[in-house]
Amino acid sequence: MLRIDNLQAGIEEKQILKGINLDIKPGEVHAIMGPNGSGKSTLASVLAGRQDYEVTGGSVTFEGKDLLELSPEERAGEGVFLSFQYPVEIPGLSTTNFIKTAVNEVRKYRGQEQLDAVSFLKLMKEKMALMEMDQAMLSRSLNEGFSGGEKKRNEIFQMAMLQPKLAILDETDSGLDIDAIRIVANGVNKLRNENNAVLVITHYQRLLDYLVPDFVHVLYKGRIVKSGTKELALELEKKGYDFIKNEIGVEEDV
Amino acid sequence: MLKVNVMEEKYSDIEQAILSEYKYGFVTDIEADEAPKGLDENTIRFISAKKNEPEWMLQYRLKAYHQWLKMEEPSWANLKYDPIDYQDIIYYSAPKQKKKLNSLDEIDPELRRTFEKLGISLDEQKRLSGVAVDAVIDSVSIATTFKAQLAEQGIIFCSMSEAIQEHPELIKKYLGSVVPVTDNYFAALNAAVFSDGSFVYIPKGVRCPMELSTYFRINAENTGQFERTLIVADEGSYVSYLEGCTAPMRDENQLHAAVVELIAQDHAEIKYSTVQNWYPGDKDGKGGIYNFVTKRGICQGSHSKISWTQVETGSAITWKYPSVILKGDHSVGEFYSVAVTNNHQQADTGTKMQHIGKHTRSRIVSKGISAGFSNNSYRGLVHVSKNATNARNYSQCDSLLIGDKCGAHTFPYIEAKNNTSVVEHEATTSKVGEDQIFYCNQRGIDTETAVALIINGFAKEVMNQLPMEFAIEAQKLLAISLEGSVG
Repeated sequence: MLRIDNLQAGIEEKQILKGINLDIKPGEVHAIMGPNGSGKSTLASVLAGRQDYEVTGGSVTFEGKDLLELSPEERAGEGVFLSFQYPVEIPGLSTTNFIKTAVNEVRKYRGQEQLDAVSFLKLMKEKMALMEMDQAMLSRSLNEGFSGGEKKRNEIFQMAMLQPKLAILDETDSGLDIDAIRIVANGVNKLRNENNAVLVITHYQRLLDYLVPDFVHVLYKGRIVKSGTKELALELEKKGYDFIKNEIGVEEDV
Repeated sequence: MLKVNVMEEKYSDIEQAILSEYKYGFVTDIEADEAPKGLDENTIRFISAKKNEPEWMLQYRLKAYHQWLKMEEPSWANLKYDPIDYQDIIYYSAPKQKKKLNSLDEIDPELRRTFEKLGISLDEQKRLSGVAVDAVIDSVSIATTFKAQLAEQGIIFCSMSEAIQEHPELIKKYLGSVVPVTDNYFAALNAAVFSDGSFVYIPKGVRCPMELSTYFRINAENTGQFERTLIVADEGSYVSYLEGCTAPMRDENQLHAAVVELIAQDHAEIKYSTVQNWYPGDKDGKGGIYNFVTKRGICQGSHSKISWTQVETGSAITWKYPSVILKGDHSVGEFYSVAVTNNHQQADTGTKMQHIGKHTRSRIVSKGISAGFSNNSYRGLVHVSKNATNARNYSQCDSLLIGDKCGAHTFPYIEAKNNTSVVEHEATTSKVGEDQIFYCNQRGIDTETAVALIINGFAKEVMNQLPMEFAIEAQKLLAISLEGSVG
């Protein structure tokens, strides 16, 4: 589904990703872990197409297409979804109106008919029940005055509405208490099937207790330095990132 | 040509998406009956004679003209433009019509098509549900729909020219009673040369059953449009009125100097909405309408209410302060405004709330959106007189910036002469952020749609005040006005 080949990218001359290789197949959950500043969020941003980042080498193929050639909205149309670490607020724009626009824009891209108000409402009710969302939140302005937990639930609700092939969760657990993490993770689990995949980016192992990965990759200084199964996450939690540094003997920055 | 290229380079990514075509910029090819260029007493006599006006009207105009000669063009607004040559303007231009119309069916098909292209149907059968229209092109009213139906309830809705002939007692009583001839430079000019506009009278206790609206269209070249609107709501009546306006694209600036007067008697309510979309000029600031307008209402009676709502997207220059004189006790004045400036447009707009009666209340919500190289100023005055006990005002002025070459300014003035008054003012300035755009992009929404969502969210409080039929049009208009500002 997603194939990342020797991806190098940076921001304002500073090289952050120094050759990432990753292969994600339908039905899989991959976790990317790593200390602060290792390039985790950069990877998420580059995959979603944020303009601030410049790709300097390598390739990303998604469902056979060159992902890097596509605009952010085209990537969304192709089925790439990013759950933001810091979802933005748009005052005066109701969450429902925003999601309706998004759903219909994506449908337009895919050559599907626009949903009328009735069908949209039906879809929304169905997903609200699945995600245990309440109506009040959806009539509020997008993310305005939302608590950290509400913002993240809203992200996952949008994921449910847009039904992406690949969902990238960028530190979805950050700033959440354990109950909120469980709610969000359960939400994602309900959306999983054999045709979609999830890329979880996280600093801590705790999210992975609920959202169990098939593969865990450790990102360090812009490279994936170790890959393994879910046990690797537990080991990291126990020993800290220093053990990785020692094990691989990464050279220090000059 | 070089200049154009330099300009384009100056636009950042986030500004690129606006450079839209003004879609009302066409010209209707129709023969016009025009006054010679320039302004003197003869011009005024010409206009008055063309309209077959009674002597008192001519005298009113001449008085205004002599007043105007003594006045100076105001320069206090935050606007920059080359001096206007008042002798280089045609003050009267009317499409030639073969004969007096007996019914709406006899309108020149070319004019009918013009209004249809603008989305205004003069055909009562194909009307927008519940909206009566007075269509004004250049200096004259072409047609007024639903007159007969409204007349059954005693409502007068007709062109100003007709009102001067048919209802002289009302015109003599109210014309210039809110905006006197001496009020300001542009109001004096208007009083001297106004050629048409709409007149509305709602009798006691009548709730006007449909939206009344006037559609103003400038067509002829080198012509100024000077329309005059007068709305009188008698005791306990209600009316909602809407005006819209467009003009062809031309390289020269054209002057539009209108006066609108509203009078609300005891327990009457007037809701006045404007969707202003005069040609704004091209992206280098060439051409466009100079929009110098005086709008004022008086809450004459107790418990009366006047509410102004304006969506200002067009014009090269906007100078406009719809105001309310709160004379009746317990009267209410409201001003809701969205002003959008893009490219090189300039707007200096706001309101005046004059609290005279006791327990009067006013509310001001102003939303300014600036993009490109434009300048957008809010200018407002809240005045509480000595005897206006328990007056209340709440003002909110929000500015939204797109890009970093535009400007937003606020000039709020407060004069409170009664210490029981409560006057509140809040102001915010924000920017359409790359983060907001990227967030929308990531959800499959392209940048233009994203900007439309963001600005409509920003302007929502004001848009909600518009009559249903027009709210959706106005939303689209906001988006179109900012097309190309973001990329």
